[in-house]
Amino acid sequence: MKKILLMGNPNVGKSAIFSRLTGARVVISNYPGTTVEFTQGKMKVGEEIFMVIDAPGTYTLEPTSKAEEIAVEMLKGGDTVINVVDATNLERNLYLTLQLLEREIPIVVALNMWDDTKHRGIEIDISRLEEMLGVPVVPTCGLTGEGIKKLISRVSEAKIPKFKFSSDKERWETVGKIISSVQKITHRHHSFLDNLEDFSIKPLTGIPLSFGVIYVTFWIIRFLSEGLIRYLFDPIFQNFWLPLMNKLSIFLKEGNFLHTVLIGNLVEGKISFGSSLGVLTTALYVPLAMVLPYILSFYLLLGLWEDFGYLPRLAVLVDNLMHRIGLHGYAIVSFILGLGCNVPGALAIRLLEGRREKFIAATLMAIAVPCMAQIAMIIGLVGKRGGEYVVLIFAILFLLLIIKGLILNKFLKGTSPELLLEIPPYRIPQTKAVVKKLWMRIFIFIHEAVPLVLLGIFFINLLYAFKIIEFLAKLFSPLLIGLWGVPKETISALLVGFLRKDVAVGMLAPLNLTTKELVISSTVLAVYFPCIATFFVLVRELGIKDTLKATLIMLSTALFLGTILNFFLPN
Amino acid sequence: MLKDLTQMEEGELGIIKEFRGGIGFVRRIESLGIREGKKIKKISSQFLRGPQTIEIDNCQFAIGFGMAKKILVEVK
Repeated sequence: MKKILLMGNPNVGKSAIFSRLTGARVVISNYPGTTVEFTQGKMKVGEEIFMVIDAPGTYTLEPTSKAEEIAVEMLKGGDTVINVVDATNLERNLYLTLQLLEREIPIVVALNMWDDTKHRGIEIDISRLEEMLGVPVVPTCGLTGEGIKKLISRVSEAKIPKFKFSSDKERWETVGKIISSVQKITHRHHSFLDNLEDFSIKPLTGIPLSFGVIYVTFWIIRFLSEGLIRYLFDPIFQNFWLPLMNKLSIFLKEGNFLHTVLIGNLVEGKISFGSSLGVLTTALYVPLAMVLPYILSFYLLLGLWEDFGYLPRLAVLVDNLMHRIGLHGYAIVSFILGLGCNVPGALAIRLLEGRREKFIAATLMAIAVPCMAQIAMIIGLVGKRGGEYVVLIFAILFLLLIIKGLILNKFLKGTSPELLLEIPPYRIPQTKAVVKKLWMRIFIFIHEAVPLVLLGIFFINLLYAFKIIEFLAKLFSPLLIGLWGVPKETISALLVGFLRKDVAVGMLAPLNLTTKELVISSTVLAVYFPCIATFFVLVRELGIKDTLKATLIMLSTALFLGTILNFFLPN
Repeated sequence: MLKDLTQMEEGELGIIKEFRGGIGFVRRIESLGIREGKKIKKISSQFLRGPQTIEIDNCQFAIGFGMAKKILVEVK
């Protein structure tokens, strides 16, 4: 099968075009570096089927980061390149186009974001551009789908023009010549969004604004998820699922092995979705009624901010602070994605330049950035004892992030590289795009998380049945009881925590912990190890040696932190 | 008058004159479209030697303080 590669600068809309060409679902956002890994899909042109590959964005064919390296590497395996170009920023984009034209590979240019050129006062003479480049040029708009059919129909006309440059200077001179003969820019007035852009990047106004943004975001997430739980998800489980489970419970009879696995243990003679720990009770209730509402609200808000283009601005504002902990501002993208799920957070580490930075970012994220599933469970469980304890846990994790960062920055050789980042213009998010992205992320959660939760509950039931939990509890009791001051039964939560953090926190529910024990065990659960899925991504991104080092740091931090909390927290 | 990027005032306009850095730095910054002879506008600078934000051809960039020091600009 012939391969078509989508290549272009970061944030020019390659993924949107990819999605249009193949119908495949991919995450599209308004910030550079959304695609860190390639995605492939299929496209039919006439009778022939092509493999279409969405490569990470790159400014040049001399790569400066892992994501760019991947893009350049992929160029070798392609049969045709669709060079996606941002029509509102033609000059800069043409540099990569010229580099691509020097390669022995047929090219078509998609002049994307074409719809944006008019109100920006940009006029481009397409037929002249086509003539000068010697390859087909098609105006497109990935978000609305305009021009995509034309693009597909002209793929077969892709050509290898004869360009050869001896230096960068010559390349830029050619770009200059092309620009002066195909593009006209008329002056335009500052729009409201332009003013807002300036407002949010000047420190005196931008910093207060960022606090406002973060505060409002969390408030909305809380409001939405609590509403969803109270008025939708919980009633569904209580009114429809519970009667069914009650019948099943009577049918299976309490104490029976099958009853223990499917329904779990009855609490005061009743099924408790929170603490029965059955595959059909807790294992469904935790991911669907406790976690899903938070995932939904979080990704809705994240999607809006991503598409609006706020994330890079936040990165600039926090750059200074991030340097103190050995990172630069853009690492915040990893942390924010990590708040949703640590797996995409770990993948986004590719956007960082050096090995030192990647190591620090990965370690800090695994230790101190709990995923939304875990956060939801902490709010659900610890929140019952009072909101101040939830705040306490997050304050501890935040402090840990700072302290660990300061330590790693001091003791690891080298310094953190400087920020160099293109800041995209603000764009009003489109409802359709936001909903599509939200649905995709929810689908991933249901598809990948729910089976793991079921597996986790099943697995823990087996361990109980074979008395392995009892054995491990005894084995680890010096650590658990002696150092952390928590009951030895919390070992079950620590075990499940390797698989899924949400169920792990859920495992604490039936243990009747005191508030202090609950705070310590949920904090330790957040710190000691990322979930297995994140761990494997880290192995791939950092290599086994650095991942083991990071794991050692996590384990020792958990050991130390639990002991300190036990010592200092009042009973 | 020749200034480096960090010395420009908010809103000040200028023309990029020179890069004082190695070839790797120059290549990286040029690939972003930040080149000699380009008109540049300073948007903001973050506190405590933080990144500098500039605008070239309707496109904004954030540049770390140390890199910004290496970019010399002719202002009126």
